[in-house]
Amino acid sequence: MKLFKTLVAASLVLLAVPSFAAEGQKDAKDISYSFEGPFGTFDRGELQRGYKVYKEVCSACHSMRLVSFRNLSQPGGPSFSEEQVKALAATFTVKDGPGEDGEMFDRPGLPSDRFPSPFANEQAARNANGGALPPDLSLITKARAGWYGTFNQLINGVGGPQYVYSVLTGYEQPPAEAAKDAPEGKHYNPYFASGHWITMAPPLVDGQVTFDDGAPNTVDAMARDVSAFLAWAAEPKMEERKSLGFATLIYLAIFAVLLYFVKQRVWAKVEH
Amino acid sequence: MGGHSTYQPKSAAEKWLHERLPIVELVKSSALDFPTPKNLNYWWTFGGILALMLVVQIITGIVLVMHYTPHVDMAFNSVEHIMRDVNYGWLIRYMHANGASMFFIAVYIHIFRGMYYGSYKAPREVLWIIGVLIYLVMMATAFMGYVLPWGQMSFWGAKVITNLFSAIPFFGEPITTWLWGGYAVDNPTLNRFFSLHYLLPFVLAGLVGLHIWALHVPGNNNPTGVSVKSGQDTVPFHPYYTMKDSFAIVVFLILFGVFLFFAPNYLGHAINYEPANPLSTPAHIVPEWYYLPFYAILRAIPDKLGGVIAMFGSIAILFVLPWLDTSKVRSGNYRPLFKGFFWIFVAVCIGLGYLGSKPPEGWYVIFSQILTFYYFAHFLVILPLLGLLETPKPLPSSISDDVLAKKKPALPQGQAVPAE
Repeated sequence: MKLFKTLVAASLVLLAVPSFAAEGQKDAKDISYSFEGPFGTFDRGELQRGYKVYKEVCSACHSMRLVSFRNLSQPGGPSFSEEQVKALAATFTVKDGPGEDGEMFDRPGLPSDRFPSPFANEQAARNANGGALPPDLSLITKARAGWYGTFNQLINGVGGPQYVYSVLTGYEQPPAEAAKDAPEGKHYNPYFASGHWITMAPPLVDGQVTFDDGAPNTVDAMARDVSAFLAWAAEPKMEERKSLGFATLIYLAIFAVLLYFVKQRVWAKVEH
Repeated sequence: MGGHSTYQPKSAAEKWLHERLPIVELVKSSALDFPTPKNLNYWWTFGGILALMLVVQIITGIVLVMHYTPHVDMAFNSVEHIMRDVNYGWLIRYMHANGASMFFIAVYIHIFRGMYYGSYKAPREVLWIIGVLIYLVMMATAFMGYVLPWGQMSFWGAKVITNLFSAIPFFGEPITTWLWGGYAVDNPTLNRFFSLHYLLPFVLAGLVGLHIWALHVPGNNNPTGVSVKSGQDTVPFHPYYTMKDSFAIVVFLILFGVFLFFAPNYLGHAINYEPANPLSTPAHIVPEWYYLPFYAILRAIPDKLGGVIAMFGSIAILFVLPWLDTSKVRSGNYRPLFKGFFWIFVAVCIGLGYLGSKPPEGWYVIFSQILTFYYFAHFLVILPLLGLLETPKPLPSSISDDVLAKKKPALPQGQAVPAE
């Protein structure tokens, strides 16, 4: 067991290695989600509401280039029915072509289409947003950390969804000192990863989106829903991963016990 | 390789093959009957674990290549295509990414085990040197692999590391341009890294073959460091060590599985889920955890060329370790002073890893310099002097004697007999 103790001691020391926060970023609010922990799964209703918030609010500026409409009906996601997904996709107009006449044409969206992007290119996006580029949201909850510290991240996760929630709900009056040199057209948000000033105006207001299931539509509730939806979009195979992981670990644990007894039996007559 | 064989072909077909290619005999003598010291502890199981991890990396890597596109405009999206659209692509990719970390965890334990038990000493110097070569090739392979997803840290990591070569006097700039295949890290860089990342694992496999060959000539070292004296000191590799290694491998796979299934991105960097952008430098450019001690050494030296020399020197010095350690006693168990210095050295390496993750400013730099100095002093001053100054504890006369001394005296003499 000396080996075990040494390994534990060594890993504790290694895990104490913290990373560091970007300049002055405030730790995200540690709200809890249904999909946390080794057994956590997504809340279907929450993902469906989150999709609605994305479509009605975020998608005006933010693309989600990696996600297709068909993903919305796949297992482990928002679980829209295939009919619903067809209808959802058809509400978008998609440029396709060239057709037989050699011209591009518009058609209604299909489940196999990716989410259409709001701007044709980066320059158009910057031009419409005061020079700032609204990031693609497909991977945003994996590309941002809500907090830092090696132990902290091991126990609480990287905090990507919490980061999104905190930015959405974290607008506040700048402290007097910071307000003096407030950049023009920017908003104060201590949770924002690149400095405290964000170009995006507070995107949510109470009652903005009406949910079909009658769920509350406060800023707080909508921020939770859309951050959960983005967490799914970044890691659509999470539920499959956790359930396969659980089965694999049980299998390996039983296999390890059996091998241990085989090994003991084999070595029983040898002094070692 | 290995001891004499008792293989006798039984059937006519086996006899026919044996006369033309004695491969069955080779496997039997080197993998089944191979006499192995009977007192190896679990620290010795990491060799088998490493062999398995190399196979895991090669197999998952070959599958990933079937779906990956090595082009700056498509690499990032092709990785996401693997994660989202390829059947079990997420599993294969997370296995490969976390497998690299597991590979390094195992190799560090394996190297420190060799250091503690003096496994590099005569007659195993060549075995050790091949091991250091394997470690070097592993680091190059992992570095180039991390570049392939073409995320922000991929790009900026590649830029920082390839820029190191510009420190070479006179030829620095042309060498860097030659490495990049242009005047910046761009598509040609990604393509050559992809090509080499596919090539080097097979070089590794070849080196591992040599490593095992070089192991089988003198045979295993063991926790006493005393050479095998008679057949009583050994057991056949199979079933004794095949079973012990299998158990250790499965326990190691459980650790692997915990990361793979429940924290697959914990060991990476969040920013690498953002596509590479040459116009936007991340706030902190940090290599993967397994390079951090060397990154700390690089940045401890205020001069760029000096830092590069110190970093490569910190690995190069391992090649001459067998001749820096002047002690004739192999195992740290019988070297009271060495034992303490060994653990200090381990702590220094971990400390350097911690400092490598920190920004190069203030006290972090000063501590990096102190620990870098100690790292080299361990090899160049402490190890040569210890061998001359230290009085080792008396060594057991043989492995069997040591085993018996640890048991109750009433037990009969241990013998290498099969269990059934």
